[in-house]
Amino acid sequence: MSSTEHSELIDSDTGKMGMWLFLFTELFLFGGLFIVYAVMRSKYAEDFHHAALELNAFIGATNTVVLLVSSMTVAMSLTAIQQNRANKAIGLIFITLILAGVFMVNKYFEWGHKLDLHLYPGSDVMRTLPHGEIMFFGLYFMMTGLHALHVIIGGILLTVVIFKIKSGKVHQGHYLLQENGALYWHLVDLIWIFLFPLLYLIT
Amino acid sequence: MKNQENHISSDSTNWTVLLILLILTTISILAIKIHLGSFTVALALIIASVKVTIVLTYFMHLKFENTLLRLMVGGVFLLFAIVIAITFIDYYFR
Repeated sequence: MSSTEHSELIDSDTGKMGMWLFLFTELFLFGGLFIVYAVMRSKYAEDFHHAALELNAFIGATNTVVLLVSSMTVAMSLTAIQQNRANKAIGLIFITLILAGVFMVNKYFEWGHKLDLHLYPGSDVMRTLPHGEIMFFGLYFMMTGLHALHVIIGGILLTVVIFKIKSGKVHQGHYLLQENGALYWHLVDLIWIFLFPLLYLIT
Repeated sequence: MKNQENHISSDSTNWTVLLILLILTTISILAIKIHLGSFTVALALIIASVKVTIVLTYFMHLKFENTLLRLMVGGVFLLFAIVIAITFIDYYFR
Protein backbone atom coordinates (compact mmCIF):
# COMPACT_ATOMS: atom_id res chain seq x y z
CA MET A 1 0.00 0.00 0.00
CA SER A 2 1.54 3.32 -1.04
CA SER A 3 1.33 6.38 1.19
CA THR A 4 -1.32 8.02 -1.04
CA GLU A 5 -3.48 4.93 -0.85
CA HIS A 6 -3.02 4.83 2.88
CA SER A 7 -4.06 8.47 3.33
CA GLU A 8 -7.16 7.94 1.19
CA LEU A 9 -8.16 5.03 3.37
CA ILE A 10 -7.74 7.18 6.48
CA ASP A 11 -9.82 9.90 4.75
CA SER A 12 -12.76 7.60 4.20
CA ASP A 13 -12.56 6.34 7.80
CA THR A 14 -12.41 9.82 9.30
CA GLY A 15 -15.10 11.02 6.90
CA LYS A 16 -17.42 8.36 8.18
CA MET A 17 -16.52 9.11 11.80
CA GLY A 18 -17.33 12.78 11.16
CA MET A 19 -20.75 11.73 9.92
CA TRP A 20 -21.32 9.66 13.05
CA LEU A 21 -20.34 12.64 15.26
CA PHE A 22 -22.95 14.70 13.39
CA LEU A 23 -25.53 11.94 13.90
CA PHE A 24 -24.81 12.07 17.65
CA THR A 25 -25.80 15.76 17.69
CA GLU A 26 -28.98 14.82 15.83
CA LEU A 27 -29.70 12.17 18.44
CA PHE A 28 -29.52 14.77 21.20
CA LEU A 29 -31.61 17.25 19.18
CA PHE A 30 -34.46 14.73 19.12
CA GLY A 31 -33.45 13.34 22.51
CA GLY A 32 -34.24 16.69 24.13
CA LEU A 33 -37.77 16.52 22.69
CA PHE A 34 -38.16 12.91 23.86
CA ILE A 35 -37.27 13.98 27.41
CA VAL A 36 -39.81 16.83 27.31
CA TYR A 37 -42.38 14.32 26.03
CA ALA A 38 -41.56 11.82 28.81
CA VAL A 39 -41.79 14.42 31.61
CA MET A 40 -44.99 15.99 30.23
CA ARG A 41 -46.51 12.56 29.76
CA SER A 42 -45.93 11.62 33.38
CA LYS A 43 -47.30 15.03 34.45
CA TYR A 44 -50.44 14.98 32.24
CA ALA A 45 -51.08 11.24 31.78
CA GLU A 46 -54.87 11.65 31.32
CA ASP A 47 -54.60 14.49 28.78
CA PHE A 48 -51.92 12.65 26.78
CA HIS A 49 -54.08 9.54 26.71
CA HIS A 50 -57.04 11.49 25.39
CA ALA A 51 -55.10 13.54 22.84
CA ALA A 52 -53.21 10.52 21.46
CA LEU A 53 -56.54 8.94 20.48
CA GLU A 54 -56.86 11.73 17.86
CA LEU A 55 -53.86 10.39 15.93
CA ASN A 56 -54.35 7.95 13.09
CA ALA A 57 -52.38 4.81 14.03
CA PHE A 58 -52.98 3.36 10.55
CA ILE A 59 -51.16 6.22 8.81
CA GLY A 60 -48.42 5.98 11.45
CA ALA A 61 -48.03 2.24 10.85
CA THR A 62 -48.03 2.71 7.06
CA ASN A 63 -45.27 5.30 7.33
CA THR A 64 -43.29 2.98 9.62
CA VAL A 65 -43.37 0.24 6.97
CA VAL A 66 -42.51 2.77 4.23
CA LEU A 67 -39.44 4.00 6.15
CA LEU A 68 -38.26 0.49 7.07
CA VAL A 69 -38.43 -0.61 3.42
CA SER A 70 -36.66 2.59 2.30
CA SER A 71 -33.95 1.90 4.88
CA MET A 72 -33.41 -1.49 3.30
CA THR A 73 -33.31 -0.16 -0.28
CA VAL A 74 -30.69 2.43 0.67
CA ALA A 75 -28.63 -0.27 2.44
CA MET A 76 -28.92 -2.41 -0.73
CA SER A 77 -27.77 0.50 -2.89
CA LEU A 78 -24.55 0.53 -0.89
CA THR A 79 -24.10 -3.20 -1.54
CA ALA A 80 -24.70 -2.52 -5.26
CA ILE A 81 -22.04 0.22 -5.48
CA GLN A 82 -19.59 -2.00 -3.58
CA GLN A 83 -20.21 -4.67 -6.24
CA ASN A 84 -19.63 -2.06 -8.99
CA ARG A 85 -23.26 -2.14 -10.12
CA ALA A 86 -23.85 1.60 -10.46
CA ASN A 87 -27.20 1.34 -12.28
CA LYS A 88 -28.61 -0.96 -9.63
CA ALA A 89 -27.40 1.47 -6.95
CA ILE A 90 -29.08 4.40 -8.72
CA GLY A 91 -32.30 2.39 -9.11
CA LEU A 92 -32.38 1.48 -5.43
CA ILE A 93 -31.74 5.07 -4.30
CA PHE A 94 -34.51 6.15 -6.68
CA ILE A 95 -36.91 3.69 -5.00
CA THR A 96 -35.82 5.16 -1.64
CA LEU A 97 -36.70 8.65 -2.93
CA ILE A 98 -40.13 7.45 -4.10
CA LEU A 99 -40.76 5.94 -0.64
CA ALA A 100 -39.68 9.25 0.93
CA GLY A 101 -42.30 10.90 -1.30
CA VAL A 102 -44.96 8.42 -0.15
CA PHE A 103 -44.04 9.21 3.46
CA MET A 104 -44.42 12.96 2.86
CA VAL A 105 -47.77 12.54 1.04
CA ASN A 106 -49.08 10.52 4.01
CA LYS A 107 -47.80 13.26 6.33
CA TYR A 108 -49.56 15.88 4.19
CA PHE A 109 -52.92 14.10 4.56
CA GLU A 110 -52.32 13.48 8.26
CA TRP A 111 -51.44 17.10 9.03
CA GLY A 112 -54.15 18.33 6.65
CA HIS A 113 -56.77 16.44 8.63
CA LYS A 114 -55.49 17.99 11.90
CA LEU A 115 -55.60 21.46 10.34
CA ASP A 116 -59.19 20.82 9.14
CA LEU A 117 -60.13 20.02 12.74
CA HIS A 118 -58.35 23.24 13.81
CA LEU A 119 -55.94 21.18 15.88
CA TYR A 120 -52.77 23.21 15.48
CA PRO A 121 -50.78 25.32 17.93
CA GLY A 122 -52.51 28.62 18.67
CA SER A 123 -55.83 27.73 17.01
CA ASP A 124 -59.23 28.66 18.49
CA VAL A 125 -60.06 24.99 19.18
CA MET A 126 -56.66 24.31 20.71
CA ARG A 127 -57.12 27.14 23.25
CA THR A 128 -60.20 25.43 24.71
CA LEU A 129 -58.34 22.15 25.34
CA PRO A 130 -56.82 21.15 28.69
CA HIS A 131 -53.19 22.16 29.19
CA GLY A 132 -51.83 18.59 28.78
CA GLU A 133 -53.54 18.13 25.40
CA ILE A 134 -52.08 21.42 24.16
CA MET A 135 -48.67 20.10 25.22
CA PHE A 136 -49.29 16.81 23.39
CA PHE A 137 -50.25 18.45 20.10
CA GLY A 138 -47.41 20.97 20.42
CA LEU A 139 -44.93 18.11 20.81
CA TYR A 140 -46.64 16.11 18.06
CA PHE A 141 -46.24 18.92 15.52
CA MET A 142 -42.72 19.78 16.69
CA MET A 143 -41.43 16.19 16.64
CA THR A 144 -43.10 14.98 13.43
CA GLY A 145 -42.34 18.34 11.77
CA LEU A 146 -38.65 18.21 12.66
CA HIS A 147 -38.59 14.60 11.51
CA ALA A 148 -40.31 15.46 8.21
CA LEU A 149 -37.69 18.19 7.69
CA HIS A 150 -35.04 15.48 8.04
CA VAL A 151 -36.88 13.32 5.48
CA ILE A 152 -36.70 16.25 3.03
CA ILE A 153 -33.00 16.91 3.73
CA GLY A 154 -32.24 13.17 3.43
CA GLY A 155 -34.09 13.12 0.10
CA ILE A 156 -32.03 16.05 -1.21
CA LEU A 157 -28.80 14.37 -0.04
CA LEU A 158 -29.69 11.09 -1.77
CA THR A 159 -30.60 12.99 -4.97
CA VAL A 160 -27.11 14.52 -4.93
CA VAL A 161 -25.68 11.00 -4.49
CA ILE A 162 -27.56 9.82 -7.61
CA PHE A 163 -26.02 12.64 -9.67
CA LYS A 164 -22.54 11.92 -8.27
CA ILE A 165 -22.86 8.24 -9.22
CA LYS A 166 -23.99 9.26 -12.72
CA SER A 167 -21.03 11.61 -13.14
CA GLY A 168 -18.70 8.87 -11.89
CA LYS A 169 -17.53 10.75 -8.79
CA VAL A 170 -19.05 8.08 -6.56
CA HIS A 171 -17.97 4.59 -7.64
CA GLN A 172 -16.85 1.20 -6.35
CA GLY A 173 -13.51 2.57 -5.18
CA HIS A 174 -14.86 5.73 -3.52
CA TYR A 175 -18.38 5.85 -2.13
CA LEU A 176 -18.00 7.76 1.14
CA LEU A 177 -20.70 10.28 0.14
CA GLN A 178 -23.18 7.50 -0.56
CA GLU A 179 -22.25 5.76 2.68
CA ASN A 180 -22.81 8.95 4.68
CA GLY A 181 -26.05 9.68 2.82
CA ALA A 182 -27.24 6.19 3.71
CA LEU A 183 -26.25 6.70 7.37
CA TYR A 184 -28.29 9.92 7.45
CA TRP A 185 -31.26 8.12 5.93
CA HIS A 186 -31.01 5.34 8.52
CA LEU A 187 -31.02 7.99 11.27
CA VAL A 188 -34.33 9.31 9.90
CA ASP A 189 -35.62 5.74 10.22
CA LEU A 190 -34.20 5.35 13.76
CA ILE A 191 -35.97 8.50 15.00
CA TRP A 192 -39.26 7.33 13.49
CA ILE A 193 -38.92 3.90 15.16
CA PHE A 194 -39.23 5.75 18.50
CA LEU A 195 -41.72 8.42 17.38
CA PHE A 196 -44.24 5.88 16.09
CA PRO A 197 -44.94 3.99 19.36
CA LEU A 198 -44.62 7.11 21.55
CA LEU A 199 -47.07 9.25 19.58
CA TYR A 200 -49.35 6.85 17.71
CA LEU A 201 -49.44 3.54 19.60
CA ILE A 202 -49.40 4.36 23.30
CA THR A 203 -52.67 6.01 24.23
CA MET B 1 -6.84 3.43 -7.47
CA LYS B 2 -7.45 2.40 -3.91
CA ASN B 3 -10.67 0.75 -2.85
CA GLN B 4 -12.54 1.56 0.31
CA GLU B 5 -12.24 -1.55 2.43
CA ASN B 6 -15.62 -2.48 3.79
CA HIS B 7 -17.75 -5.44 4.53
CA ILE B 8 -20.37 -6.04 1.84
CA SER B 9 -23.81 -7.06 3.12
CA SER B 10 -25.64 -9.42 0.81
CA ASP B 11 -29.12 -8.58 -0.46
CA SER B 12 -30.50 -11.65 1.32
CA THR B 13 -29.15 -10.34 4.66
CA ASN B 14 -30.87 -7.01 4.03
CA TRP B 15 -34.17 -8.75 3.19
CA THR B 16 -33.92 -10.87 6.36
CA VAL B 17 -33.25 -7.78 8.50
CA LEU B 18 -36.27 -6.01 6.93
CA LEU B 19 -38.46 -9.06 7.59
CA ILE B 20 -37.43 -9.15 11.27
CA LEU B 21 -38.08 -5.39 11.59
CA LEU B 22 -41.56 -5.76 10.06
CA ILE B 23 -42.38 -8.68 12.38
CA LEU B 24 -41.29 -6.61 15.39
CA THR B 25 -43.44 -3.69 14.17
CA THR B 26 -46.44 -6.04 13.90
CA ILE B 27 -45.80 -7.42 17.41
CA SER B 28 -45.56 -3.85 18.70
CA ILE B 29 -48.92 -2.91 17.12
CA LEU B 30 -50.67 -6.07 18.36
CA ALA B 31 -49.18 -5.86 21.86
CA ILE B 32 -50.74 -2.40 22.30
CA LYS B 33 -54.21 -3.95 22.05
CA ILE B 34 -53.53 -6.22 25.04
CA HIS B 35 -54.04 -4.22 28.21
CA LEU B 36 -50.87 -4.60 30.20
CA GLY B 37 -51.28 -1.44 32.26
CA SER B 38 -48.10 0.50 32.84
CA PHE B 39 -46.09 -2.27 31.20
CA THR B 40 -47.57 -1.26 27.79
CA VAL B 41 -45.24 1.76 27.49
CA ALA B 42 -42.25 -0.27 28.66
CA LEU B 43 -42.96 -3.05 26.16
CA ALA B 44 -43.35 -0.58 23.26
CA LEU B 45 -40.04 1.06 24.18
CA ILE B 46 -38.26 -2.30 24.56
CA ILE B 47 -39.41 -3.40 21.08
CA ALA B 48 -38.38 -0.01 19.63
CA SER B 49 -34.94 -0.37 21.25
CA VAL B 50 -34.50 -3.83 19.75
CA LYS B 51 -35.47 -2.47 16.31
CA VAL B 52 -33.04 0.45 16.66
CA THR B 53 -30.25 -1.92 17.67
CA ILE B 54 -30.92 -4.10 14.61
CA VAL B 55 -30.86 -1.06 12.27
CA LEU B 56 -27.61 0.19 13.85
CA THR B 57 -25.96 -3.23 13.70
CA TYR B 58 -26.91 -4.36 10.18
CA PHE B 59 -28.21 -1.45 8.05
CA MET B 60 -25.69 0.99 9.50
CA HIS B 61 -22.96 -1.69 9.38
CA LEU B 62 -21.81 -1.14 12.97
CA LYS B 63 -21.18 -4.87 13.28
CA PHE B 64 -18.40 -4.52 10.73
CA GLU B 65 -16.94 -1.18 11.90
CA ASN B 66 -13.79 -0.72 13.96
CA THR B 67 -13.88 -0.93 17.75
CA LEU B 68 -13.39 2.83 18.25
CA LEU B 69 -16.54 3.72 16.31
CA ARG B 70 -18.56 1.03 18.07
CA LEU B 71 -17.38 2.28 21.47
CA MET B 72 -18.29 5.85 20.48
CA VAL B 73 -21.82 4.87 19.46
CA GLY B 74 -22.26 2.73 22.58
CA GLY B 75 -20.92 5.57 24.73
CA VAL B 76 -23.28 8.14 23.24
CA PHE B 77 -26.34 5.94 23.81
CA LEU B 78 -25.14 5.31 27.39
CA LEU B 79 -24.75 9.08 27.87
CA PHE B 80 -28.27 9.61 26.54
CA ALA B 81 -29.65 6.97 28.94
CA ILE B 82 -27.87 8.70 31.85
CA VAL B 83 -29.31 12.10 30.82
CA ILE B 84 -32.83 10.61 30.81
CA ALA B 85 -32.26 8.89 34.17
CA ILE B 86 -30.95 12.08 35.80
CA THR B 87 -33.86 14.09 34.37
CA PHE B 88 -36.36 11.71 35.95
CA ILE B 89 -34.51 11.54 39.27
CA ASP B 90 -34.61 15.34 39.31
CA TYR B 91 -38.28 15.40 38.30
CA TYR B 92 -39.51 12.89 40.89
CA PHE B 93 -37.41 14.03 43.86
CA ARG B 94 -37.54 17.81 43.64
